[in-house]
Amino acid sequence: MDILLQQIINGLTTGSVYAVVALGYTMVYGVIQLINFAHGEVVMIGAMVAFSVITSLAGSGLPPLVIVMAAVVAAIPSCMLMGYLLEHVAYRPLRHAPRLAPLITAIGMSIILQHLALLLWGRNPLAFPQIIDNRVFGIGGAAISSVQIAIILLSLTMMAGLSWFVYRTRFGIAIRATAENVHVAGLMGVNADRVIAATFVIGAGLGAVAGVMYGSYYGIAHYTMGFSLGLKAFSAAVLGGIGNIAGAMLGGILLGLVEALGTGYVGELTDLCHWPIASGMLAGHCADGGNFVLFGSNYQDVFAFLMLILVLVFRPSGLLGERVSERA
Amino acid sequence: MNTVLLEARNIGKRFGGVQAHGAGKTTLFNVFTGLYPRDSGEVWFGGAPLGLESPHAVAAAGIARTFQNIRLFGNMTALENVMVGRHVRTRAGVFGAILRSRAERAEEAAIRRRGDELLHYVGIADRANDLARHLSYGDQRRLEIARALATDPKLLALDEPAAGMNATETAALRSLIEGLRKDGLTVLLIEHDVKLVMGLCDRVAVLDYGEKIAEDVPEAVRANPKVIEAYLGTGTA
Repeated sequence: MDILLQQIINGLTTGSVYAVVALGYTMVYGVIQLINFAHGEVVMIGAMVAFSVITSLAGSGLPPLVIVMAAVVAAIPSCMLMGYLLEHVAYRPLRHAPRLAPLITAIGMSIILQHLALLLWGRNPLAFPQIIDNRVFGIGGAAISSVQIAIILLSLTMMAGLSWFVYRTRFGIAIRATAENVHVAGLMGVNADRVIAATFVIGAGLGAVAGVMYGSYYGIAHYTMGFSLGLKAFSAAVLGGIGNIAGAMLGGILLGLVEALGTGYVGELTDLCHWPIASGMLAGHCADGGNFVLFGSNYQDVFAFLMLILVLVFRPSGLLGERVSERA
Repeated sequence: MNTVLLEARNIGKRFGGVQAHGAGKTTLFNVFTGLYPRDSGEVWFGGAPLGLESPHAVAAAGIARTFQNIRLFGNMTALENVMVGRHVRTRAGVFGAILRSRAERAEEAAIRRRGDELLHYVGIADRANDLARHLSYGDQRRLEIARALATDPKLLALDEPAAGMNATETAALRSLIEGLRKDGLTVLLIEHDVKLVMGLCDRVAVLDYGEKIAEDVPEAVRANPKVIEAYLGTGTA
């Protein structure tokens, strides 16, 4: 099996989910400079709603594809409503408050949503029923499953759709104008409240689909899943340059790739038996092709945050980020 | 800021406010365009009190403005900047934009056309697809005026439009403002370039430390002793 190609495929899959979630962070940040820490939980709710729909329809005899479609169609408006309520209840009243206040509220909302999910769906991990026959195709010594293909294609479609919306439509122009200067956009007749609410709703809608994709890829949904997924997607947004839509897409894909490749190779690279200096001392372990691995693939989560730290140290504005002065 | 009463009576007049630096011209602008909160009092526009709770309501009422320090959307093209200004006169919604009904597409095409017209009008049609921040200073000022005109204002408020302009650019600006007046627009010009104000405006008000000290036709204001004192000092020093 070709590890490199395999990990690239896996990385593209998780990376495109990160990218779609990162869009939710970056759009909101672009417009009101708020990090909506509850966004990961919105994604989790999307996965949970999809889980409920799929389990309740699994025995109905409907074609599997119809059931999955129904799950997505139920998750999107649920999350959109959640995004709308979040903005309305938690952030709008604090629009003119010091920036720390809405940040704390965001963390509070995130905890509230987690516990809401805990009440509704319980504390145990929920296994998605395997209703779709997940076919695996071999390409060049690696394997790619139909779920992976669907996730990558669907994510790319959503990213293309969002780009078109933001760069080619009038409402998109209003969003970009508001992001550049909310007061001036207002004086030109743009209703800032509507634009801000719309970015939350759009981000939540994308997040819903990401939640369904993530849940069906790992086959599991849990009320805390939004935390690490959200944190990684946020790292992706920062990596690409927070506030920058193309940056979030690039950052998500890159982060997925780094994570997958890091996970794929970290065991081999930190296997002390491959290091001449150490292998002598560890003769007992290394004999007969044994190994002594310092860091295994359970260090998966390290890479995303290592990347975040490196970006913050060496290029705080992110790969495609704007100069901070333009935000004044 | 104290009580300031400005009255622009007729459509097609230019009304100028001139005063020494730092005495409240731009503050006055920011108050009546809803950027700064009022302590008290009202702004009346077109015979009715103006709701200042949100900037877009001011735009909807028919007031558009430019800024002393240019505030374009730098990362958007010139045409897109003008298209933003059409927002208040059209019904753009998220779902309309996504669903692309025929009416929606027609409206969007009309906005693009109107944007092109306005860029033509201010004389920068050839820069339509350049990013606003790449335009020259004079062109950026023109673009700001085009963007303000896109909101179909009844009153166009220009905040020191000649600031930082050389003589050629000021002359071109002057003919642009004259054209606006011919087309029936009321222009409120805030400017400390006395020559420009006196030459362009039908009525002039003078502010001194947030207080209006004179308002009349240019010739009378020029002769007003209070104005001379505010501008030149009392002469007793």
